[in-house]
Amino acid sequence: MSDLNTAMTAKYRNNFLKEVEANVEEGEWVKMCMQCGVCSGSCPLGKHWEHPPQEIFMMIRAGKRDDVLKSDSMWMCTSCYNCIVRCPRELPITHIMHGLANYAKRMGLAPKSQPTNQFSQLFWDNMMKKGRVNELKLGLSLYFKDGFGDGVKNAMANQQLGMNMMKAKRMAPMEIIGGHSLKDVSGFQKMIKKAHEIEDQNIQDFS
Amino acid sequence: MAKKEYSFYPGCSSQEGASSSNYMVSVATLCQELDIKLNEIPDWNCCAASIGYGGGGELPRLALSARNIALSEQHNAGQDIVATCAACWLSTREAAERFQHNKTLYEGAQTALGEAGLKLENNTPVRHMVEVLIEDIGYEEIQSKVKKPLEGIKIAGYVGCQTNRPFGIDGESYENPLYLDKMVEAVGADSVPTYEKKVQCCGGALAFSEPDKSQEMIKGIIEAAYDHGADMIATPCPLCQANVEIYQDQINAKYSTKFEMPVVYYAQLMDVAFGRNGKDSALDRQIIKAKKLDDIAK
Repeated sequence: MSDLNTAMTAKYRNNFLKEVEANVEEGEWVKMCMQCGVCSGSCPLGKHWEHPPQEIFMMIRAGKRDDVLKSDSMWMCTSCYNCIVRCPRELPITHIMHGLANYAKRMGLAPKSQPTNQFSQLFWDNMMKKGRVNELKLGLSLYFKDGFGDGVKNAMANQQLGMNMMKAKRMAPMEIIGGHSLKDVSGFQKMIKKAHEIEDQNIQDFS
Repeated sequence: MAKKEYSFYPGCSSQEGASSSNYMVSVATLCQELDIKLNEIPDWNCCAASIGYGGGGELPRLALSARNIALSEQHNAGQDIVATCAACWLSTREAAERFQHNKTLYEGAQTALGEAGLKLENNTPVRHMVEVLIEDIGYEEIQSKVKKPLEGIKIAGYVGCQTNRPFGIDGESYENPLYLDKMVEAVGADSVPTYEKKVQCCGGALAFSEPDKSQEMIKGIIEAAYDHGADMIATPCPLCQANVEIYQDQINAKYSTKFEMPVVYYAQLMDVAFGRNGKDSALDRQIIKAKKLDDIAK
């Protein structure tokens, strides 16, 4: 190839597609999308997506980096796997949406007040403390995510629910102190730290 | 010695004082009746379900499951891993398959596991409890254990998402699985094979973060059960059970409905049909009482 051709190829290369292929979970599948729209029509929360999956795939190919990564669309995924089993080309769509959501966060572009973005992080942080999820603390952290005032309001609104769960022995107030835990919390946390380090090293720079 | 033994991954929500402790109690009873021994994976950890992806990227999430599989292989060698929770099953099996197809991830997970002094062989089948019941026990044997058939009770089998997709159960269709209906029939109750919401999503973890959007879907799931004249809904998934049961009064307040539809596990149906009492069948842990089961279990 001539130098000019190389320069032109570089100029017209779709960097965002390359970036997604390199850095997003299962991103190498994006270009396989044939735009049939079955995923969008199959999504239980389809009507709430600003850009349904089919559109997200085309936007990636069109290089619309900010529009994709700043969108709250991927955060609408309920992980029902309808799209995966129906996709004629068997794209792992659920995983790509999770991957895009995670990557948007990594890039600092995910909408910060998006509730599922917040809940997802609360869940992860909760689990990292003891290696198992503490449902009581997770619920309270969700209620109080926007401050004390809203927290009290949320807790009051869900008071009956909490009482019902306690009565049915499916929520334990004692979980607030201590709670279920791994024995090897330290090994567990070291393992996850290492996994994060490896993942960080593998991220390619497209800036 | 028990007839069958498995390496058991119970999952966070099944622990005492957690939202699906009713699942755990009813499965423990079921296993007594069917002579199944569940050997808990020592020091198992959370799988991050399908909501941890915001905080954990691909490798950290897969490492969680790698640790559970490695612990199982070390302590319960040669035994299939069995999970009762849909998300636990899905995450673990998904991780095992991802490692088989992606050497970089597999090696990354091994390096991370090294920090906890563990090593992954990754040759252990990962199965759901309903697979054990269908494939290893069988409908006929379940039927043969029935002492008190659940006669005259109409039960809508709500399979949900993750016990169905993407892996499927017993080679059944993703769109119209029938295994839960067959279980319902095996214990002498009436099934509703045309329950159109059987694989409708309940919102999953988004029931917490997007309650309005999720409750709109849950409303449809309950409404359809009423339309078919069902007395109760049965499910194999802990989040389906909780989401469809516990928000009914909030849905009633919002939509002026009068829902009071019991939602139980397949295990509870079997426990009662096998002659066990309400406590062993975890009927005392219902928020909406399953009166027709209570009457038989008395």
